[in-house]
Amino acid sequence: MVSNSFKGRDVLSINDFSREDLLHLLKVAAQLEEKPRPELLKGKIMASLFFEPSTRTKLSFAASMLKLGGEVIGFADAGTTSVKKGETLWDTTRMVEAYSDVIVMRHSVEGAPRLSAEAASIPVINAGDGANQHPTQTLLDLYTIQKEHGDFDGMTIGFVGDLKYGRTVHSLAVALSHFKCSMHFVAPQALKMPDSYITMLKDKGIAVTETDDLESAAKEFDVLYMTRIQEERFPDPIEYQKYKSVYRIDKKILKLCKESVKIMHPLPRVGEIDPALDEMEQAIYFKQAANGIPVRQAILGLVLGALE
Amino acid sequence: MTSKTLRIAAIKEGTVIDHIPAEKIFSVVRFLKLDKSEGPVSVATNLTSKLLGKKGVIKISGRELTSMEVEEIALLAPEATINIIKEYDVAQKRQVSLPKQIKGFVCCMNPNCITNKQPVATRFSVKNSEGLTLKCSYCEREMGQKQIRII
Repeated sequence: MVSNSFKGRDVLSINDFSREDLLHLLKVAAQLEEKPRPELLKGKIMASLFFEPSTRTKLSFAASMLKLGGEVIGFADAGTTSVKKGETLWDTTRMVEAYSDVIVMRHSVEGAPRLSAEAASIPVINAGDGANQHPTQTLLDLYTIQKEHGDFDGMTIGFVGDLKYGRTVHSLAVALSHFKCSMHFVAPQALKMPDSYITMLKDKGIAVTETDDLESAAKEFDVLYMTRIQEERFPDPIEYQKYKSVYRIDKKILKLCKESVKIMHPLPRVGEIDPALDEMEQAIYFKQAANGIPVRQAILGLVLGALE
Repeated sequence: MTSKTLRIAAIKEGTVIDHIPAEKIFSVVRFLKLDKSEGPVSVATNLTSKLLGKKGVIKISGRELTSMEVEEIALLAPEATINIIKEYDVAQKRQVSLPKQIKGFVCCMNPNCITNKQPVATRFSVKNSEGLTLKCSYCEREMGQKQIRII
């Protein structure tokens, strides 16, 4: 059914993944975590094209490739490339594909990786395009939930914070809509989950609850997915000041949750999770970031046809 | 006088686009580049319509619209009907129908979409449940009919 269906495939949007695709990828990631394959991608080159700054994603893609025996070329600052001279993304891609086997791209402009994928004959992996998609973040979120909580079916997840602009929330909700879980969306009215997502989830039979009251909703969650209120998304700094501290997860909130709750965060955080929680077993956000390695290894191995 | 009068004259050969919502009529004119047409074109708007309240009609002499143009009009005015006229008679009556995908002539509303930053043709998938929605194939942003802007 999914045998080798990833070979040569672009990874651009979580919307392109079926339930079977997701489960297969998670299975491969688990296998790689259990049994490392240090020579799997020997002789392969990953071009890392980061037109915009990134810490976790860039480093974890590079580490994933190196741990599989591959090589990494690329740039982390488009200002040092021909892009500054006005080269089109199409031309940059055509040039880079001659030097590499797979392209990993982050770009501030939405849709840039898809354009690049149309230009390239090698797989293109989207490492984040503006406010649009960051599919490998979603895949590592899913992997973390599966690893820490088990089955997706029957689970209740609470998304908290900036649900209007948070692309990680939108993508994870889409991915989880393939399963029978319940979703709570906790946000102030001005930052609530867009209606288009709520409608899509309800159409798929997902139990959806919307509220701005974190304290009342907290007891329901098996997973609490916290997000940062993103200053850069607010045109008006006064509006940002109004919302920046609206939710904060601390020991008091944790007491309202189930003992088994898992707290996730795509990071970076600013003040929305008390660092005093970091060493508690419920706090899994650093494990979540670490899970970027097996998940990105699985993606690289699959699209390069080294894994089935 | 009680006799009925046509507000715009009948045409011998060509296309009549009827049931265009009045507020869309000049978008259709611009889209078909009728302002640059060399042949006779009649445009009437704010006509009374049972279906639409107020409608517009365009009569284009000597030009039969292509099926692609018909699909594109469907984006602007899904209610429109198209009559192909031969020898003053309606030779063919067509309801406009939406294509599944449209390429190249609609702008993406997202200023941060790659199609607004680099030389690339736009591409949208068309959804028509509970109102028309276009989803950009690049930035994945959805826009409703009111946000559709022709390049």
